Amino acid sequence: MTHAGFIAAAYLVSAGVLFGLVAWIVADGRAQRRRLADLEARGVRRRSAARDAAGKGAS
Amino acid sequence: MVLIDLANPTRFLDLSRRVLPWLWAAAVLTLALGLYLAFFLAPPDYQQGQTVRIMFVHVPSAWLSMAGYGLMAVASLGTLVWRHPLADVAAKSAAPLGAAFTFLTLVTGSLWGKPMWGTWWVWDARLTSELVLLLMYLGLIALWQAMDDPGRAGRLAAVLTLVGTVNLPIIKFSVDWWNTLHQPASVFRAGGPKIDDSMLVPLFVMAVAFTLLYAALLMMAMANEILRRRVRTLEMTAAEAGA
Repeated sequence: MTHAGFIAAAYLVSAGVLFGLVAWIVADGRAQRRRLADLEARGVRRRSAARDAAGKGAS
Repeated sequence: MVLIDLANPTRFLDLSRRVLPWLWAAAVLTLALGLYLAFFLAPPDYQQGQTVRIMFVHVPSAWLSMAGYGLMAVASLGTLVWRHPLADVAAKSAAPLGAAFTFLTLVTGSLWGKPMWGTWWVWDARLTSELVLLLMYLGLIALWQAMDDPGRAGRLAAVLTLVGTVNLPIIKFSVDWWNTLHQPASVFRAGGPKIDDSMLVPLFVMAVAFTLLYAALLMMAMANEILRRRVRTLEMTAAEAGA
């Protein structure tokens, strides 16, 4: 009795969940970077980034 | 670099960019080694036969489901006591990972239980307390999603997380305190592991691989959460400027 179906199912479900996690996190990272780039392209900057930019411009 | 330096989200992003390629390489190599050991070197069990190979994904998932919650509890202390800027980011990012590993524990345990016990599920203390852990993870995720202010959501979630730690010793000792269909502890127990080295070594290699994978995913998820909060701040700045 090898119960091959149960073993295969356990590993396939594990692989599916882990690949799903990786795909979701990578997609989320890309979405956040895109939103950040869009905002910065519109000239919206964090106060610290705006301060840094002003400091460089003054020097 | 001392730990307090990582309190700065920008420094954490820089560090994660440098560390992640190495962490991923270590995770993939260890996972490949672990799978080789689990399938080609570990012998079949004298009673369970080949079905024992489910242990090599079930047990590391179970350890991580609990260790992940422990990490969230430490991060919650960081939020409430030290107000560490990354503590809430770590706790929020760890919750979906913990939920995924708890789900895997329950599903692979069920797939192991059916051929060995003759049933997919019983309401014994170990299985039920692990299901409660999944429900706690899902509740915390829902709480973070339900509130707009990440600071307020983080403090509420931290309190709830710390209350939920009462479930961790219940999961661990449920097999000793009550009569369960689930077997007693066979690795972390007084008197040492009851498993032969031929199975114990592959199990530990798989546990290290899953832990490295968890660490890599957590670091990526934390970087995403830092970016999400920056986007939120910028959107509010833009809205205020437009008002």
